[in-house]
Amino acid sequence: MSEEFIADKLAKEHRSISVAEFFERNKHMLGFSNNTKALITCVREAVDNALDACEDARILPKIYVELKEIDDEVFRVIIEDNGPGIKKKNIPNIFAKLLYGSKFNLKQSRGQQGIGISAAVLYAQLSTGRTTKIYSRIGDGKTHIFKLRINVSSNEPEILSDETIKADGRGTRIELTVRGRYIKGRQSIEEYIKQTAIMNPYAQVVFVDPQGQQFEFSRVVDALPIEAKSIKLHPHGLEIGILMRMLKNTEARNLVLFFTSEFSRVGRNTAVQICTKSGLDTKMKPTTLSRTDTESLFKAIKKVNIQAPQTDCLSPVGAEAIKKGLKKEMNPEFISVISRPPAVYSGYPFQIEVGLGYGGDLDKEGPIHLIRYANKVPLIYEQSACSITRAVLKSNWKRYGIQQSKNSFPTGPLAVVIHIVSVWVPYTSEGKEAIASYDDILKEINLAIQEAARKMKIYISKKVKIKEAEARKKIFHIYCTDVIDALANITDHPRQKIEDGFNALINEKMKAFEVDLTNAGKGVEIQEEFITGIKSDSISNSEEQTIDTEEKQTEPIQDNDEEVVQ
Amino acid sequence: MKFETDEFVADRIKKLGEKVTTDIFSSTSPTFNLPVRAASNIHYNKDDGLLYLGTNRSTRDFFNFAHTRKFMQTLLVASKCKELIENQKTASIRELYYELKHNIPGTKENTFEGQDESDPLIEDLETMTDSLREQLHLKADSSGILFGKLIIEDMGDRIDCSKLGKSGLAIPSIVDDYKFLQCDADYVLVVETKAMVDRLVEEKFHLENNAILVGLGGQAARGARRLIKLLNERLKLPVYVFTDGDPWGYYIYSVVKTGSMNLAYESKRLATPNCRFLGMTMDDVDNFSLHKVTEHLKDVDKKRINQLLSYEWFKKPHWVKELKAMLSKGIRIEQQALASKSLEFVAKEYLPQKIAKKDFID
Repeated sequence: MSEEFIADKLAKEHRSISVAEFFERNKHMLGFSNNTKALITCVREAVDNALDACEDARILPKIYVELKEIDDEVFRVIIEDNGPGIKKKNIPNIFAKLLYGSKFNLKQSRGQQGIGISAAVLYAQLSTGRTTKIYSRIGDGKTHIFKLRINVSSNEPEILSDETIKADGRGTRIELTVRGRYIKGRQSIEEYIKQTAIMNPYAQVVFVDPQGQQFEFSRVVDALPIEAKSIKLHPHGLEIGILMRMLKNTEARNLVLFFTSEFSRVGRNTAVQICTKSGLDTKMKPTTLSRTDTESLFKAIKKVNIQAPQTDCLSPVGAEAIKKGLKKEMNPEFISVISRPPAVYSGYPFQIEVGLGYGGDLDKEGPIHLIRYANKVPLIYEQSACSITRAVLKSNWKRYGIQQSKNSFPTGPLAVVIHIVSVWVPYTSEGKEAIASYDDILKEINLAIQEAARKMKIYISKKVKIKEAEARKKIFHIYCTDVIDALANITDHPRQKIEDGFNALINEKMKAFEVDLTNAGKGVEIQEEFITGIKSDSISNSEEQTIDTEEKQTEPIQDNDEEVVQ
Repeated sequence: MKFETDEFVADRIKKLGEKVTTDIFSSTSPTFNLPVRAASNIHYNKDDGLLYLGTNRSTRDFFNFAHTRKFMQTLLVASKCKELIENQKTASIRELYYELKHNIPGTKENTFEGQDESDPLIEDLETMTDSLREQLHLKADSSGILFGKLIIEDMGDRIDCSKLGKSGLAIPSIVDDYKFLQCDADYVLVVETKAMVDRLVEEKFHLENNAILVGLGGQAARGARRLIKLLNERLKLPVYVFTDGDPWGYYIYSVVKTGSMNLAYESKRLATPNCRFLGMTMDDVDNFSLHKVTEHLKDVDKKRINQLLSYEWFKKPHWVKELKAMLSKGIRIEQQALASKSLEFVAKEYLPQKIAKKDFID
């Protein structure tokens, strides 16, 4: 074996890197760095999938989440939805193959990398040795039950059992057994679900915590957000690695066809222009381009003026829905929400929504409650690394009646929810925890904050005015007694006469003052419904739109009926 | 005590009350109209050398949130003064404060939280009723002390102010009823600090020099100012003022001479415009070699000096020169620094020399 070159040896090592090893090396980036985070990531991936599936199928989501601590720091995680279900043949690949279903077309969705749920399955298998159980019904009267694991060397699904039983309805249920730690507080699963409920007010979520306590997050909006449409990649959002992969995989016969068929906003003229700028022949076959050719092509793309991508592909939640979500979960006394028109950052359309909730049940002391969202998913970790946080810190909150020491977090009874939707959310890392800093995005966030805060300021000043008016009225009544006594002593008028006259005068003056106040408040946007609370009977009467699947009846699962994967 | 003015003042107070009740019965905001007692409304009359209140007036409105409390307090003071007049009693301004202080039902507030709230309202009432504090049957807390060859009749008693040991005559708030029976003094020496008065009494300065000593103990009280004025007017005695060589001392002199801003409406009754300033001056520091016992000016001192320089009645060449010298030297000098020579120096040398040479500032 002395003939073997070092490179050969290295090549062998490269090949032998298994999926398990890949996971081990990257688990911090994938959200599994510790037991606490791992548990929340498993829940999050499954809930994201469930919500995406429901929205794609235009079904108002109904999600059931349950955690059971079956051993010390070992949890059974159950997530069930009323979505469309998954066709039997696709089940193994979706749940037990990493990177399955990666796509070049862009579409706003919660999951972005195609790692999510299979990573959770792999984590379950690596941390507890247990298989994952999937139930799926597509509405054909059958329920398919799979026990799955991932073959860690081939990254292929292994089916340990596969049975079909009779059952009506539709939906998917996943049961994972994972190592984890359950905590309370700001970065807890309960808080994550609450935050999800704010930005997904059209979903009904039931959560059963490890103590068996059940929390219900009701549906307050009976319509789904507009559907996200998939679009082709815009040339300005392209990275060189992706360009190389696209060139290799395309079926287009020449460069012009390649550009016009694989990208959005590229017509024949633009395609020819790109080729001319890069000095390449328009008739070249894409698969034959050398590395240098690719590089000059990449440079040329950036130099050509291309129409901005279409922005009607996005699915924002909308101002009214966010208002209702904020109202039901935080119960502030005033809410203002701004949903900005779509904009574009480096070739990707995106849109910013900002909601401010003030007063009411919110804490009067301490820092404001900032909740960040990307494509309707709350971002729980790495708040300080996120450009959303930076935009909040940089805003001048004092101007809007909120206390803030220089360059620090504002304080007071304020909840700030900031939502970015995009076909491609620029996270700072694979962990999907923080939004990277792009000027175009920061600008939109700032504008939205300003616009929403201006409305809030009007409300706060009006509130201050009302308080002052009340204080005044009180002061007049408090001080008038001594005035009356003194006047009765100084003059010859009977005390009662002075008292009656004075009280009449005070009431008259206050009336005039209240009229003043109403005029001062004119044009202030305070929707009565949000001040007085939403009528609760408008909630959850929307079942006609979906088929009630009565999911919670799926047969219970015994712990002992599981194999342990070695 | 009964004054001739009692009926008049009681009537003025009643009219004030009637004004307010008329407002109430005619559904208009009850208000008082009163002169502004701020520096902006104080004028110096060069001809008679006195401070006068200008013509600016302000309105105190019950329905102006910022005025409500003061409005109530003003009426309480007025009501109490009417009671005092009717009952022939005289109360100190501190007693008045305690008589009127009570909890306002339903709050944690009192009608008055401190005497500093009631004192200015007395001055307001004086201006609104065109009467003096004494005529309202109020007296300021007495402060000021007198020694000298002067015999006074007070409430039928005969007081020989040269036979009061080291105690002296405590000057009351009301001195208008004093009768001067006999006076063997040549001049009045007004002294800022009581410690300096004690020194001069121990040295028998007043007896040996035929001087009437009036100790102020800081800023001059009304009673002391009125008495100085009476001694000057009735007995034709010249008045010399002896204070620390600092802006605070100089201001005390100006109050005795031209009147105070707070009581500008009473200047004519209280001020002694022909009095003279004796010391301490910046020249004294040179003439009596006191350089080593001066003190450095603090920031507040400098600020006060610049304030004095801005007052119309300090804009006389010798005072501007004096104040500017103080600023440029950066020093001040206390009366008691004269003790650096010897305890008796002030009585035996400093004062006799200054008076003999007529080394005064006007």
